[in-house]
Amino acid sequence: MSEKYSATPASAAAGRPSLDALDDESLLDRLQRAACDYFTQAGNPHNGLMADTSREGSPSSIAVTGFALSCYPVAVERGWMSRAEALQRSLAALRFFRASEQSDRPDATGYKGFYYHFLDMHTGGRTWTCELSMIDTAMLIAGMLTAREYFDTDAAAERDVRELADEIYLRVDWHWAQDGKSTIRQGWKPECGFLHYGWDGYNEAIVLYALAAGSPAHAITDECYRAWTLTYQWENLYGHDFLYAGPLFVHHYSHAWIDFRGIRDRFMHEKRCDYFENSRRAALVQREYARRNPNGFAGYGESCWGLSACDGPSVGRLDASGEPHRLFGYSARGVPYGPDDGTVSAPAVLASLPFEPQLALQGLRHMLAQYPEMLSGDRLAASFNPSLADSHGRPWVSDGHYGLDQGIVAMMIENHRSGLPWRLMRRNPWLVRGLRRAGFRGGWLENVAPETSR
Amino acid sequence: MTTAAPSLPQDEVELRRTRHLHPTQWRNPEPASRYHLVVIGAGPAGVAAARAAAAAGARVALLERAQIGGTSLNTGCVPSKALIRTARLCADLRDAARYGARVSDETAPPDFGRAMERMRRIRARLADDDSARRLVASGIDLFFGEARFAGTDCLRVDGTMLHFAKALIATGARPNIPAIPGLVETGYLTHENIFDLTTLPPRMLVIGGGPLGCEMAQAFCRLGAKVTLVQDRPLFLPREERDAAQLLSDALARDGIAIRLNNRITAVRGQGETRFVEMVSDNYHSTVEVDAILTGIGHVANVDGLDLERAEVECNRASGVRVDDFLRTSNPRIYAAGDVCMEHKYAHAAAAAARLAVSNALFRGSERLSRLVIPWCTFTDPEIAHVGLYVREANRRGIPVKTYTVPMHEIDRAVIDSEREGFAKIHVQDHTDRILGATVVARNAGDMINGLTLAMESGLGLRRLERVIHAYPTQAEVIRAATDAYRASRLTERVRARLTRWLDKT
Repeated sequence: MSEKYSATPASAAAGRPSLDALDDESLLDRLQRAACDYFTQAGNPHNGLMADTSREGSPSSIAVTGFALSCYPVAVERGWMSRAEALQRSLAALRFFRASEQSDRPDATGYKGFYYHFLDMHTGGRTWTCELSMIDTAMLIAGMLTAREYFDTDAAAERDVRELADEIYLRVDWHWAQDGKSTIRQGWKPECGFLHYGWDGYNEAIVLYALAAGSPAHAITDECYRAWTLTYQWENLYGHDFLYAGPLFVHHYSHAWIDFRGIRDRFMHEKRCDYFENSRRAALVQREYARRNPNGFAGYGESCWGLSACDGPSVGRLDASGEPHRLFGYSARGVPYGPDDGTVSAPAVLASLPFEPQLALQGLRHMLAQYPEMLSGDRLAASFNPSLADSHGRPWVSDGHYGLDQGIVAMMIENHRSGLPWRLMRRNPWLVRGLRRAGFRGGWLENVAPETSR
Repeated sequence: MTTAAPSLPQDEVELRRTRHLHPTQWRNPEPASRYHLVVIGAGPAGVAAARAAAAAGARVALLERAQIGGTSLNTGCVPSKALIRTARLCADLRDAARYGARVSDETAPPDFGRAMERMRRIRARLADDDSARRLVASGIDLFFGEARFAGTDCLRVDGTMLHFAKALIATGARPNIPAIPGLVETGYLTHENIFDLTTLPPRMLVIGGGPLGCEMAQAFCRLGAKVTLVQDRPLFLPREERDAAQLLSDALARDGIAIRLNNRITAVRGQGETRFVEMVSDNYHSTVEVDAILTGIGHVANVDGLDLERAEVECNRASGVRVDDFLRTSNPRIYAAGDVCMEHKYAHAAAAAARLAVSNALFRGSERLSRLVIPWCTFTDPEIAHVGLYVREANRRGIPVKTYTVPMHEIDRAVIDSEREGFAKIHVQDHTDRILGATVVARNAGDMINGLTLAMESGLGLRRLERVIHAYPTQAEVIRAATDAYRASRLTERVRARLTRWLDKT
């Protein structure tokens, strides 16, 4: 079978007004639609799996598939996809995962209810010798639960969605993923067992911990979430107090599904803050870093920022401010310690939209005007690097598109515009239960019935 | 295949060091009928204890089985830092063009033999400070020989019985050799013999990414060896701040060290002069070919042959001699200090603890080890220095923490020196100005941590530290920048508005 799943953007933009002529709402609409379109172009309709990137031969990423499931309701509500199509696509994915092989065989799809990070687009089996990924499984499950909340009619197919999502969620053995330790392990491989990568400090894992704490079947231990938060660092940097994490995406991913406005765990309660406000401050810290631009990279400034986990150049020579710099390829770039090779991610800036709408839009418009090469068919490239310009002054631009970028952009624009993903997940009983077990209180959580399981 | 261990050249420099530290014609003194204090081991702890006790008028015997100075002088801090100095210079020379300086031949390899010669000269020079002659002159009875307890208040040194009112065990520790199949057979280096080298191993593998492993990996790389650094954890210096360890990892990679994190060594094979080191990371197996292996992960207390059970002193292999917070062992007459019993294995910590033990043992003091404010530093480039609590420790103890972080790129002198990498993080008890701890990563972080140690020891909070004027431009201004951030964070919008209203009225 040689079917290809290409996410090359359609030339939908042809003949339409240029983006810089649009007002904010229209601009966001165009960018969001192009991002959502990735999921209709880069998926295998037979099994619902979604390509990691638009590059030839890309395997499926389970996290990107989770984003796809979350974006179908957005596309329906925006009128870009019929409810029937969204339902069909969601069911394809849910049915595939429900039926996929769960075993410790090295070519299975998953084990203990978790899934391998990358799967073959056709067979759905494990690709390369990648790890069974706890955080990526959480994002996949979050997508399934978003579908569970969206498809809420009594139609048989919609009921199927809800039942499949619950079944898949309830069989995840989150407790096993602790491996007897105080916190959740990051990955597992049949060849060597649990991976022992360090995963201390604040990161994108709240959604993982919340789903893992909410399970009525295989929940993590009572102390697990608290044990993780004991590795947090509350820092004052560039005049801002915030829960520190270097790469910008860390401040976004859990926020795609969880409305953190006004709800606080013990840590945030002590700091008189919440995770939403924290992500706002993280955007300010990123912007301030770019303004100070300690390494003297081209383009950096108040309207050009966004150091995150993203693709980047790996070959070539980079001199900035008379000093040689290393290039880092795909890397989790962060502030203020780097790695920093002059590469910034526009999708990461746009994902800050709900927290700092003005700054995010100002940054985006500036970057689009200065570096139009990073946009193709209204879709943002993963990253660009103005310090590595060609002879015409055009920046290095990441090739193709990444599903994670398109997913976070589409969801965060929607959260900014209507709050639909947040609204859907606020009524998910497992997430609500998990947040409460993790010690979150206040805000909208106080208005949800204790157990709203349908 | 076994390769002979390196042998130290027996030249005039080494003879001089030996004359200072263990004279060949030495004759032990006639013992006193009973000593106020017998100190076993003449490393930093033992020498500090003996000197402090003798200065206070006590009758003191100091016992050493090998050379005065212990690990620090002979095979630790002194030789490693002397070598690191040369290595840093090599790195600067390679970087000369960036500063507009010119080196006649940038491609010429460093002269490893001369670097080692310099190290040995410096070591011999510093050996004079703690020489046998000087110790005797300060009123200490110095005995060379193997010490062995004969009871709870007496011991023998090479057959001579010494009686004591109090004793201090300060025998130090030695490197722990990991149990890797084939390692012993193929031969390896530790810090105990690496400074005996006279020629540079072209390819070297360092097992263990602790302070010594990182320091030596970087030094030997800069001196021209092709170095592979293997660590079985996700980051180097696992005890330090994650950001500090990450910056170090980046710096080591920039130097050209092949970094193998999350790798476990499974076997070593020798063929001729070459060693093949097999390792596994998750399920990925690889083999690295090298000429020398440096190892030593953790320490083992030097207690073999002391007959501690006769003295009723408890000890275990993992943590050494068991002591309480007053450094007293299970025998109330006997104390211990330094690497033989302490978690923090640093010369300055050993010496400070030894003086504390003397005060407690001889003068009925009740000073606690846990009250000492002990800084430490890993002398890589950049250096990583720390004092006090880490955030994770404070969190575990339920102390709310706020960290004032200043990247070095904010400090003029660091920019001037093109040494922008690094940071100072000062951990403060939230809603107060009390300093709980600090980490500094900078080229000379070891010097910079001393100011923060002084502040902590003196109970100075950030509010008082704010009044300290730092010379401009210095990298230590990073501390001033942290106090600026503290002041700014206290000036909330409301306070600022009130100040403005007051100013308007005046």
